[in-house]
Amino acid sequence: MKRHHLGLTLFAAWLCSVPLAADDGVFNQYRDLMGDDNPAVFVIDEGEELWFMPQGPESATLEACDLGLGPGVTAGAYVRFPRYFADADAVMDLESRLVHCMTTIQGRDLEAVTAKPYSLRGDFGTEMEALVTWLAAESEGATIAPEQTHAAERAMYSLGEEIFYYRAGPHDFSCATCHEQSGMRIRLQALPDLTSHTGAAEAWGSWPAYRISQGLVRTMGWRLRDCFRQQRWPELQMGSEASIALQTYMAVNAAGGTMTAPGLKR
Amino acid sequence: MKALTAGITIILNASLMAWTVAADEIEAVLHNSFVAKNQATMERLERDAVQTACSAPRGMPLNNDMLASLRAERLDAVVLPADGKYLGDWQRGAEVAGNGRGLQSSDDPTQPNGGNCYACHQLAPDEVAYGTLGPSLMGYGARGQSEAMLQYTWTKLWDTHAYNLCSHMPRFGAQGILTEQQLKDVMAYLLDPASPVNQAAE
Repeated sequence: MKRHHLGLTLFAAWLCSVPLAADDGVFNQYRDLMGDDNPAVFVIDEGEELWFMPQGPESATLEACDLGLGPGVTAGAYVRFPRYFADADAVMDLESRLVHCMTTIQGRDLEAVTAKPYSLRGDFGTEMEALVTWLAAESEGATIAPEQTHAAERAMYSLGEEIFYYRAGPHDFSCATCHEQSGMRIRLQALPDLTSHTGAAEAWGSWPAYRISQGLVRTMGWRLRDCFRQQRWPELQMGSEASIALQTYMAVNAAGGTMTAPGLKR
Repeated sequence: MKALTAGITIILNASLMAWTVAADEIEAVLHNSFVAKNQATMERLERDAVQTACSAPRGMPLNNDMLASLRAERLDAVVLPADGKYLGDWQRGAEVAGNGRGLQSSDDPTQPNGGNCYACHQLAPDEVAYGTLGPSLMGYGARGQSEAMLQYTWTKLWDTHAYNLCSHMPRFGAQGILTEQQLKDVMAYLLDPASPVNQAAE
């Protein structure tokens, strides 16, 4: 599927050329103008097709995949992540759960399905990005309610909080450097306070999101990886314990908020 | 021996900072969750004394004696300009202040690092794309160029923890992010009366 949006490309160019007011006003106006129109709809369709597409040595679809609400149940599943799965004896985010289903149900090679989870600039979106986008849309409007009943889920929250404040690298940056205060911005970009319910709900509830400047849908896993790139840290791996811990920290702080993903971002 | 060392680490952490998760456990998780990429090596995940002391989640009790001695150590370690001259070229300083690149895995290591001052601070009144994590420094030059002011500003840039332990600001000198000459240029950008930082908005 070829996804090329001339209008958006032109808009992105215009966004970069106009002298921006010292807030997100211009972009918010644009988002209002777009209303319910979000190029992510094409990616949602693609994700749904991939879910029902037989793949791998088993030539199986993902319909037998249990996202926590029973095999094949996709509606409302995403808002309960990250959560503990007894069959893997691990707390998983949606991305690592999908990897689990691809390897166990479809019989696909672990290295192959994790080799390139996130697209690079100028690429088409990846299978992982499409599946996550569709599954997030399957929870659109639902209340964010990550599981915190299992001891491993609660431990994951504590670990996430510790990593959130862990300062390291040549710049001494932690997640908290940018995300523990309200109403702040870096350059013109508003920064959510992820330690607060409001900020966490807004952030967790709006990813995955279509990034106009990149012409791609990005997942929360990618967002975290790119934050750490800017923190001057090494590269965060998809489905890693640190990634799942930080997502648990955010999702639990966001609990009670509404899932609005896929979002639309600059 | 290894178990003993780990035990001591946990006791130290418990008495100094009351971590809820042992530091060596977090380090093991990070080691398994990240991979080196270009100049962003795995060694960057290891914390020095400042980073460890400043990683306590908000609201955690801190040992004030330990923090005070750490701050004093940082002040002692500040390196003032070898030639005693604090002020370089404000025009080059403006480039450093606006440059957000340097030391990321995606950056070209042969290019000079930026200071990225505008990410967090307002400086020249005509630059509207400034962040608000740090205080506004517009008109900073009004503070004058006394020896005390020069040394204070240099120290802030060299190692912010010498004055304000656990400040969010990077240690531009102490961590080798900026060179001595770049720091002088940023000093001039802040303090030179001719710098845009010290002009009225047009």
